[in-house]
Amino acid sequence: MKTGTDRVKRGMAEMQKGGVIMDVVNAEQAKIAEEAGAVAVMALERVPSDIRAAGGVARMADPRIVEEVMGAVTIPVMAKARIGHIVEARVLEAMGVDYIDESEVLTPADEEFHLNKRDYTVPFVCGCRDLGEAARRIGEGASMLRTKGEPGTGNIVEAVRHIRKVNAQVRKVVAMDLDELMTEAKLLGAPYELLLEIKQLGRLPVVNFAAGGVATPADAALMMQLGADGVFVGSGIFKSENPAKFAKAIVEATTHYQDYELIANISKNLGTPLKGIEISTLNPENRMQDRGW
Amino acid sequence: MLKIGVLGLQGAVREHIWAIEASGAEGVIIKRPEQLEEMDGLIIPGGESTAIRRLIDKYGFMKELKKFAADGKPMFGTCAGLILLAKNLVGYEAPHIGVMDVKVERNSFGRQRESFEADIDIAGIANEFSAVFIRAPHIVEAGENVEVLAKHNGRIVAAREGQFLGCSFHPELTDDYRLMNYFVKMVEEAKSKNFA
Repeated sequence: MKTGTDRVKRGMAEMQKGGVIMDVVNAEQAKIAEEAGAVAVMALERVPSDIRAAGGVARMADPRIVEEVMGAVTIPVMAKARIGHIVEARVLEAMGVDYIDESEVLTPADEEFHLNKRDYTVPFVCGCRDLGEAARRIGEGASMLRTKGEPGTGNIVEAVRHIRKVNAQVRKVVAMDLDELMTEAKLLGAPYELLLEIKQLGRLPVVNFAAGGVATPADAALMMQLGADGVFVGSGIFKSENPAKFAKAIVEATTHYQDYELIANISKNLGTPLKGIEISTLNPENRMQDRGW
Repeated sequence: MLKIGVLGLQGAVREHIWAIEASGAEGVIIKRPEQLEEMDGLIIPGGESTAIRRLIDKYGFMKELKKFAADGKPMFGTCAGLILLAKNLVGYEAPHIGVMDVKVERNSFGRQRESFEADIDIAGIANEFSAVFIRAPHIVEAGENVEVLAKHNGRIVAAREGQFLGCSFHPELTDDYRLMNYFVKMVEEAKSKNFA
């Protein structure tokens, strides 16, 4: 009997496919998310839009909040650790969190190295903007990926850019002559063996969700249509006017992403979504997606 | 060719489709209740049972799923699918589809860090089957007509009751298709009986 194997860690993410993972900051929100049909919740101290507003250093959530959320729901609970923060990750693992997000939403603890995620029993999800980043994170042991998008903005444009980029690069690798693969690995900064695996499988070896800017049911369905395996919604639910309705509508739109009549119906009278930020108005130091290496 | 549906609301759907096709049947992703009528058998995949249940209710699947069972067509539930098929759930007053005479406890091996893989023997089907358990349930009690097919550390992790097959683990996460071959045979037998 073996725990923490690749199959067990990656398999956990496979079970989340086609679902929505929602950011929550307390037990009450976690219950609303579970009731709406979320496949997991991400326990946080603040949702990304509030992290932006608060400024300063964003760290792992108070373990009390994580515990409260774990006690409130039976679906899996994820939590975020700072990039490269070995101890935050170990603390979350010791608490029995089901998945750790080594996340650019928090202020990085290490500006050079990510965690060696192979060392842990708990699985990790990491953000990516292109295949190079995706492959480096898988190389370090990430069992699940998500697009970075631009968290807390309610603006889908960056998530769209990232999923299109990753998928275009995967297609290129799959179609490429084997003679060209090593140079591609060099150019992407990606492990060669991993690109070889992608080429043979015809896809990434782990699940890839969309994250960072999903604010409406149509946004969620768009990301599914572009090839995401599922969706993370951060600020989009609990910063909207009617979280319970938004949560349910986003779950449905994710399941039936090509049923446009249904999406029209569930989008009616939802109230105001998260207000949103135009990306070009963000100062470079406020772009979370540029964190990670 | 036999048509086997995979309930496609959420979870590991495409892996089951690959396994069905590798076992020589046609796999169909079921997103609408009316698709069920044409199916000879149905798989309820691994995923999050609470999320799948919400979507079953939302799209009026419950009545059609119960009818599918009442028609005697074979159903195979893996992990969350086993939870959805069970007649009794520990800690819950009402079951979900509630057709297989077993009592199931959710997340009974622990949280994700306790998830594991182990080689198990499945009676009459496969020896040393590499089984992947993820936040897995197990069968606490099996009714008198239920055939226990596999145990792990004394806990029932696979069973069959007539047309129903259920397991705690995820055969769809490996390329060992022996359990799927067995289910495809169940579907074949049920279909030939109906036409006899």
